[in-house]
Amino acid sequence: MGNALRFRDDAAHEEPAVTLDAFLGQTNATAVRLESDEDARKLIPQLGQLALIEIAFPKFRDGRGYSAARILREAGYTGELRAAGDVLVDQIPYMRRCGFDSFAPEADIDTAALERALSRYEHVYQKAADGRSPVWALRHG
Amino acid sequence: MKLLTGNDLKTGDVVWWTGSDWSRHVADAVDVDGHGEAIAAAEEAARRVNAPYVIDGEATPDGLRPGHIKDRIRALGPTVRLDLNIKPADPKAGSWVI
Amino acid sequence: MYKYDEYDQSIVDARVEEFRDQVERRLAGEISEDQFKPLRLMNGLYLQLHAYMLRVAIPYGTMDSRQMRMLAHIARKYDRDYGHFTTRQNIQYNWIKLEDAPDILADLASVEMHAIQTSGNCIRNTTSDQFAGAAADEVTDPRPWAELLRQWSTFHPEFSYLPRKFKIAIVAAEEDRAAIKLHDIGLQLYHNDAGELGFRVFVGGGMGRTPMVAPVIREFLPTQDFLSYLEACLRVYNRYGRRDNIYKARIKILVHELGAAEYARQVEEEWAHVKTLGLDPPPGEFERIAAQFAPPPFETGIADTVDRSDPDFAVWLDQNVKAHKQPGYAIVNISLKPVGGIPGDASSAQIDLMADLAETYGFDELRVTHAQNIVLPHVKKADLYTIWQKLVAADLASANLDLISDIIACPGLDYCSLANARSIPVAQKIAKRFEGLDRQRDLGELKLKISGCINACGHHHAGHIGILGVDRKGTENYQLLLGGSGAEDASLGRITGPGFDEDGVVDAIERTVETYRTLRTEGERFLDTYRRVGMDPFKEAIYG
Repeated sequence: MGNALRFRDDAAHEEPAVTLDAFLGQTNATAVRLESDEDARKLIPQLGQLALIEIAFPKFRDGRGYSAARILREAGYTGELRAAGDVLVDQIPYMRRCGFDSFAPEADIDTAALERALSRYEHVYQKAADGRSPVWALRHG
Repeated sequence: MKLLTGNDLKTGDVVWWTGSDWSRHVADAVDVDGHGEAIAAAEEAARRVNAPYVIDGEATPDGLRPGHIKDRIRALGPTVRLDLNIKPADPKAGSWVI
Repeated sequence: MYKYDEYDQSIVDARVEEFRDQVERRLAGEISEDQFKPLRLMNGLYLQLHAYMLRVAIPYGTMDSRQMRMLAHIARKYDRDYGHFTTRQNIQYNWIKLEDAPDILADLASVEMHAIQTSGNCIRNTTSDQFAGAAADEVTDPRPWAELLRQWSTFHPEFSYLPRKFKIAIVAAEEDRAAIKLHDIGLQLYHNDAGELGFRVFVGGGMGRTPMVAPVIREFLPTQDFLSYLEACLRVYNRYGRRDNIYKARIKILVHELGAAEYARQVEEEWAHVKTLGLDPPPGEFERIAAQFAPPPFETGIADTVDRSDPDFAVWLDQNVKAHKQPGYAIVNISLKPVGGIPGDASSAQIDLMADLAETYGFDELRVTHAQNIVLPHVKKADLYTIWQKLVAADLASANLDLISDIIACPGLDYCSLANARSIPVAQKIAKRFEGLDRQRDLGELKLKISGCINACGHHHAGHIGILGVDRKGTENYQLLLGGSGAEDASLGRITGPGFDEDGVVDAIERTVETYRTLRTEGERFLDTYRRVGMDPFKEAIYG
């Protein structure tokens, strides 16, 4: 495992994440792990009880987790949203925009390179899940 | 025989393993026999080459000739721009490829 | 033309620094080639047969002279004095050094250009009609929407690791000059019966290993919400497109496997949700962009006739100059297909000359076409003869637009590491065989397209006559296809039968077109004759 990164002020959630099947079968878990081929929308009816959702990135090329993250944030989820697995420096800025606020990378992330990557773009073109104003909003106040 | 080839990491130039280093000329290549993959892994890890791979080659009266047309074109340059070849002054260069 | 504001510029400048950082980390060994590859590809940098290749974006194929001159400068300074214009309206350089790439991007950024998303499994450069803003038959200029698409797709956080690459094309005329039905998404602007402007949306076309003509997914999409609709199209694809097999990962396979109606239903369901999120820019943003595509200040009341007394000029005029919507003006097509040349290649000097012509005679605008030619979209008819003379002097006046020697060809095995066979020498032999312009003009419109492998960068499926190069036990072999079209009457070519060697395929093409000449009716194009009589007479003539 690499260095865990967290962009939240609250205390880290300690309960281990259960599988989606386990979560849907029992109603009191507060942490769940979604594999990349699992449907994030299945969590929506019970989002209120969740404090941690971990989304698997088996390979960095597998981009399904970006959509899963946005779907959860669009549904109002405010708990910890963690990207776990093959998570690399140059993917994290995109993941942040999709609503991830926690990272469990397989290999260590170079924190200096990450800091550069996260602060590099002053402006973005799209509205996404991170609350940044797209340039069209800045242009038209 | 087996030849080891790849591209220079910084410049992208096609290069051939000479036994101790990399050359842009296939004529400098050596038979890597069964050691190609090991050399490739070590050289790639040291960032002296990018995307190395082992190919079949043969010794001919005109020198070393890669077995597949793709690697012969890599060794020479585009057949439709002989002025950009590795040996632009050699009028026979194109005929060697096909 | 669209001009960057401070926001656009800051994003492109940041990209240069990001890529510089990524290259430094690669050269320092901090990231592996496996990790670096998708990063460099998302900036158009490939490792090709002879060196790195850089693909520079020319958004929807539109440039001004300053940008065109920068392309010549890059060819001169960092490459070998030429560039290759591609079927996606971009330009490629074949001899790039990795260590130079960040400086090249910085040079491009200085003229509001970039190489963002010209490769990789992301949304690529949006292509459009090369005659946009000038064509007599368009309902509106499609480029403001293409620019909205450019901005929306640039570094899209959700859609930068798609199952596979994603190509969008947009037109605004009934004549399809951008092959929209052979794209992942094709958009056609038109007015519905109520007189409202909207898009007909095609999804799931493409060439490659499994060619498909895109079905209509939505007959009419109002313009104001089109980005959220595309967001929904892409989200369904990103979630459910196949990732188990690279050859089945394009959206065409998803649409085919689900069925167009079911894919459309899923998109509508997603869109019902997505369009409530406020993702669409306000109308003012479209208006801001559209204002920059206002027509140039055309002169009115000028001569609408041309002196045709020079016979060579008259031939070029008839073949390469097209009708403009403004009286007194014309659209000039500059063919990059001289006999013996390399389709789509232009030297630095030729690129500079075309920039000069645009600046002096063409309201400073140039276009790249998907057929790998260059267009001066707004030229005064009175200047045509002068322009033609300058083109002649630069070997740019081939009067062969849409004729058999106006060949689309991928770089093939001369340059490309994916290729199985060379494309360019075949194109050169065909052009040579049909060298006489009288013979070519007698054959009429005949779109010949050559790919050096199944990936179909040379659009062989969409050629009236297509050629596919394959590797047969280590030797180059060429299959012949007939009956394809990338236009509004899109269709996929069929293979005639066993393949040929290089000279054999040229002979087979000659027999094919001679068969056409004996079978055609008055005014009938090759494609129309083929569609009327079918494959058999051609097969008999070829293999008989």
